[in-house]
Amino acid sequence: MIRTLFIANRGEISLRIIRTAKRMGIATVLGVSEADRNALPALMADGIVVLGPAPSGQSYLDVDRVVGAAVKSGADAVHPGYGFLSENARFARAVRAEGMIFVGPSPESLDAVGDKLKARAVGAAAGLPIVPGGQAADLGEARKHASEIGYPLLIKAVSGGGGRGMKRVDREADLEAMVAMAMAEAQAAFGDPRVYIERYITRGRHVEVQVLGDGRRAIQLGTRDCSIQRRFQKLVEEAPAPDIPPAQHAALCLAAVRLAESLAYQGAGTVEFLVDAESFEFYFLEMNARIQVEHPVTEAITGVDLVEQQLLIADGQPMGIRQEDVTLNGHAIEVRINAEDWTRNFLPSPGRITTARWPAGPHIRVDSHIESGGVVPPYYDSLIGKLIVSGVDRTQAIARMSQALDTLILEGVATTAPMHRRIMADARFRAGAVDTRFFEGLADG
Amino acid sequence: MSDEIDLPLTPDDVASIVSLLNGSGYQGLELSTPRFVLKVARAEGGGWTQEWQHPIPPERPIAGPPGEPAAAIEVEGLLAIRPPLPGTFYHTPQPGAPPFVKMGDIVSPETIIGIIETMKVMNSIPAGFSGEIVEITAGHGDMVDQSAILMRLRPLGI
Repeated sequence: MIRTLFIANRGEISLRIIRTAKRMGIATVLGVSEADRNALPALMADGIVVLGPAPSGQSYLDVDRVVGAAVKSGADAVHPGYGFLSENARFARAVRAEGMIFVGPSPESLDAVGDKLKARAVGAAAGLPIVPGGQAADLGEARKHASEIGYPLLIKAVSGGGGRGMKRVDREADLEAMVAMAMAEAQAAFGDPRVYIERYITRGRHVEVQVLGDGRRAIQLGTRDCSIQRRFQKLVEEAPAPDIPPAQHAALCLAAVRLAESLAYQGAGTVEFLVDAESFEFYFLEMNARIQVEHPVTEAITGVDLVEQQLLIADGQPMGIRQEDVTLNGHAIEVRINAEDWTRNFLPSPGRITTARWPAGPHIRVDSHIESGGVVPPYYDSLIGKLIVSGVDRTQAIARMSQALDTLILEGVATTAPMHRRIMADARFRAGAVDTRFFEGLADG
Repeated sequence: MSDEIDLPLTPDDVASIVSLLNGSGYQGLELSTPRFVLKVARAEGGGWTQEWQHPIPPERPIAGPPGEPAAAIEVEGLLAIRPPLPGTFYHTPQPGAPPFVKMGDIVSPETIIGIIETMKVMNSIPAGFSGEIVEITAGHGDMVDQSAILMRLRPLGI
């Protein structure tokens, strides 16, 4: 069994991992940047190793420093969390080369799904429907795909993720400039200028399936709906995805399992689909080979601790959960509270949180590293916490979320909490099954 | 691992505390231990809140917000350009590109003089004033906060 776990991440997810590890009797060592050495996760870990200065490139994203720190800590396993190095195959290989366990899929799986073009090919080979489109190495190729699939279309970075580097093109006149801009941005953000083109599904819902695999078989833990996004960044997630006919819901889950098994997938993963909001036809988008930000909504309705399952699978144990053991109970909603001023075009608002009074009570879960006096440094993403509530059904979950948001008090920085109050009160959201254009309507309304 | 039980209170524990309080006439509870302070309180419109504080142990002194610069010195007769947000300051739009502005340039309030990267978001910094750039105080890639001076301008005209 894993005895000491090195956590190569920060913020709420590092605290989340520490919590499960402690419950399992596993000691934790957290790699921290200079900016995070006195943050709550650093206080809660059994030990810390300082990785380097605040900027991620010199700390959390520096493969050699992180691996070196993990070795120094005497850890026998490394949990990468999400973002940062979590889907970096070179990092996974370096961890393994030092004789430690990488808590995640094999480097081969990371290679297969990390490159979005490869992922499309893997999905197609597993029999999953994929969105029409293909690689656009130059403008000529881009024009060729565009003439086949029509407008509007999306340009995406081959090495992209987290919604970064995506561009929507509405007409041919804009294609040339947008392809050039997308390639420049992809090069700057991911060190890889390659882009590809996909048909833009106007009334599309973003639905994803949580899977767990032990390298031999895979199971699914139902769907999540993440259609409420701004500029491809998720704001609200819920489980299960509402108002999808049972046959389509089952088909989505089955497709996800098929993909995971075709990869002999090990660990927790998420298979993302675009679902047509009217016909419920679905297309495979990509697979995220890590724990997701929104995993707690799945935990809330299944009772499964996904981080615990990650650790057990990484430890080489066969999966303790059978598909027939998984039941989905009730409905759960998560809102992401970011340190951003949503009334000023989501201007980042780092600083000290003077008061953090989070909601408390039954059916409420708060995953946050920010308490009263906590600091949101300017160097990392703006997530300061996730508020998760559950209910017997969606209506009850929404009512509870509304009340929870009314009790939430965060002072010292601007946050997106007021925006979430507005979303919970929005008639379209209450009706359910919104598509990815929801947020545009909210901003206008 | 030591044998000492050192589990943090879980969300379930907090929920149990709230359930207990909910059935009582109490308005809240404050739990103060050497490791943490937890305040659970009834919220005004119904529901409950939790507020946590973990003191930083004395052997881990507060380092202060990183990159906190020495107080920026005012120079009489010159205008100071300060960043709108704390973050990383860049002189150029991308590596290898020429800088937005250089010494001796005449700028207007709308002229972009650099970029500040805050929480992975790039924001351009307008000069805010008209004038001639006579001093560039912040280096490319420097961590700055709102008190820092990026550049100094000599006002024109008037």
